[in-house]
Amino acid sequence: MLVHEFLEDSARRTPDKVALICEGQRLTYRQVEADANRVANGLRAAGVQRGDRVGVWLPNSVEAVLAIFGILKAGATFVVVNSTTKPDKLAYVLNNCQATALFAPERQAEAVADVMASVPILKFAVLCGKDADEKTVVSGTMQAFARLVAVAPSDRPPCSCIDIDLACLIYTSGSTGDPKGVMSTHANVAFAASSIIHYLQNGPDDVIINVLPLSFDYGLYQLLMTFKFGGTLVLERSFAYPAAILKRIAEERVTGLPGVPTLFAMLLQLDLSRFDLSSLRYLTNTAAALPVEHIQRLRAAFPWAKLYSMYGLTECKRTLYLPPEELDRRPGSVGIAIPGTEVWIEDEAGRRLGPGEVGELVVRGSHVMQGYWQDAAATAERYRPGRYPAERLLYTGDLFKMDEEGFFYFVARKDDIIKTRGEKVAPKEVESVLYQLPGVVEAAVIGVPDALLGEAVKAFVVCAPDANLTERDVLRHCAQYLEDFAMPKQVEFRTSFPRTESGKIQKRDLR
Amino acid sequence: MSTTMSIETQIRHYILENFLYTKDEGKLRNNTSFLEDGIVDSTGILELLLFVEETFGVQVEDDEVTPENFDSVERLTRYICMKKGMPC
Repeated sequence: MLVHEFLEDSARRTPDKVALICEGQRLTYRQVEADANRVANGLRAAGVQRGDRVGVWLPNSVEAVLAIFGILKAGATFVVVNSTTKPDKLAYVLNNCQATALFAPERQAEAVADVMASVPILKFAVLCGKDADEKTVVSGTMQAFARLVAVAPSDRPPCSCIDIDLACLIYTSGSTGDPKGVMSTHANVAFAASSIIHYLQNGPDDVIINVLPLSFDYGLYQLLMTFKFGGTLVLERSFAYPAAILKRIAEERVTGLPGVPTLFAMLLQLDLSRFDLSSLRYLTNTAAALPVEHIQRLRAAFPWAKLYSMYGLTECKRTLYLPPEELDRRPGSVGIAIPGTEVWIEDEAGRRLGPGEVGELVVRGSHVMQGYWQDAAATAERYRPGRYPAERLLYTGDLFKMDEEGFFYFVARKDDIIKTRGEKVAPKEVESVLYQLPGVVEAAVIGVPDALLGEAVKAFVVCAPDANLTERDVLRHCAQYLEDFAMPKQVEFRTSFPRTESGKIQKRDLR
Repeated sequence: MSTTMSIETQIRHYILENFLYTKDEGKLRNNTSFLEDGIVDSTGILELLLFVEETFGVQVEDDEVTPENFDSVERLTRYICMKKGMPC
C-alpha cells in the first residue's frame, strides 16, 4: 500500500467526514484529497518528478498536511524539517538530500532566499501563510501556496510510484552531530502504521489530537495513521498552552492523546477536574520514559483511559509497547515487540541474552527502515544483515533487559545523545556551535536530569583568558544556530576540563 | 502604578534579555508571534507565566494561558492591562 492511499481510501469511503481540524478550519476528506491533488499537480507542473526530495519547513498547519500528501501524490519523497530549525542547518539537510523544492513560511522569505543560494539544486520554494495570497509573486523561484493550488486541477494525478519507493526521509540526530535522513519506503510506513493502529485499536470513531511537530516521527505518524483508519485529526501547533489543549480535547471529544513526558508533566500541574476529559480513550507516551510517579498520577487522573508506555526510534518508527493491562504490574517496562515484529537482546559477541541480562536491543520486521540517506558507514553500523538475503536487522544502540515473562526494560543508551523534551540532541552539534563563538577555547555538552524536560542540555565552556564572555553571550550565539529544544539551559564556565589518559574530555567527571 | 507603556516595556525587556539574549530593541516587534518565530518554546511559556505573575502581581488562571493572551508583546500587554483593570 502507498502512503497517500491512506488519504485516498478514506476520501472514497467517507468523503464528507471531517479529516482535519486545524487553525479554525474543518476540512473533510473530500477537501483534503482535492487540495492535496492540487498541490501534487502544481508540483508536477513546476518540474517535480518521481523520486525527487521535497522539503517541508513548516509548523503544524493545514499547508503542512497538504504538502506532505501532495508531495507523495506527485511520486516524490517528503522531508519534514522542524520549523524552529535555523537556515544553516536547513540548508545542510536540503543539500544532503538534494531537495528540488521547499515549502516554507512566507514570513521566512528572506531566509529562504539565502537557503536557495546555498542549495543549488533547489529549483523553487512554495511560501505558506495567511499573508501569501494568490497575487503574491515573490520572485521567479518563489510562489505562494495559494497560487500553486489555485491554478492546478483537483484531479488525482496518475500514480507513478510503487511501495518500495521512498515515502519520506526523517532526519534524526546521530552521535556524529550531523543529522542523518532515515529512509522510509511506503511499505515501511504502511506496515508500521498498521501495526500501531492494531494495538491501539484505532477506528474511524477516533479523534486524535496532535501537539507534536510533524518533523518528529511520533507527530507525523499521528497524521498518517489517522488518515489510514479514517478518523479525525485535531492538529495543534505545539503544547505550549496546556490548558488550551485540554479545552480542545473537551470541545472536539478527543479520544487519543499522544504525548511525551514533558507534556504530561505540564498537564499534571493543572487542575484537570475543571475540564471534561471523559472522551479520552487512551494516552500514549514515548520518546523518553515516564517517571513511575507520573504514570501513577496519570492513571489516577484518567482512570477511564488506557495509558500506553512505548519505546521506539526513528530507524524503525516504533519498537515496543506495553499492553495497558500490564502497566500496574510492571510500570517500569516499555513492553513487548509491536504486532508482526520481533526483538531480542544481544551481547557484544552477538549472543542472545536471557532474562535479567543487559545487552543491546535488536529489532526484526518490516518496519525496519532502509538505512540513512547516502551514509553507508552509519547505515552499516546500525543496520546489519539478517537471516535472509534482503533482510536487515536494526541494532538500536540502546541497552535493555528482559524479565522472566519477556517484557522489556530500558537500561541506558550506548551513545551520549541527550533526550530533552522528547527530542534528540547530539552533544557534538551543540559543541560545534559553541566552538564557533570567538573566545571559546573548549566546550563540552552533557544532559543533566530535569524534572520537566527529562534531560536538560548543559554546556561547559573554557574561555580564552582575555575573553569576557557571559552566559548571555553564549546563549545569544547558540540561539542563532540551534533549534529551541537544543538550546543549553545552563552554561557553566570552567578554567579547564577533566581528561582521560588519551587526552579526551572526560564528560563523566563533569556530571 | 504601572502604566500601559511601562508594562509593554517591561515585557519587551524580559523577552529580549531572556529569550533573545540581547538588548537590541530592533530584534522584537510588538506583534511578533513568540511561538511562530521560535522565540519562546513550549516550556518557555511556563517561565513567561511566572514572570507575569511575579512582576505584575496578577493571578493567571490556567485557562487564560492561551495564544490570544500570551503570544506577542502586544497581546500580553493587553491581557495584563485587562487583569489589572487598566485601559489599554
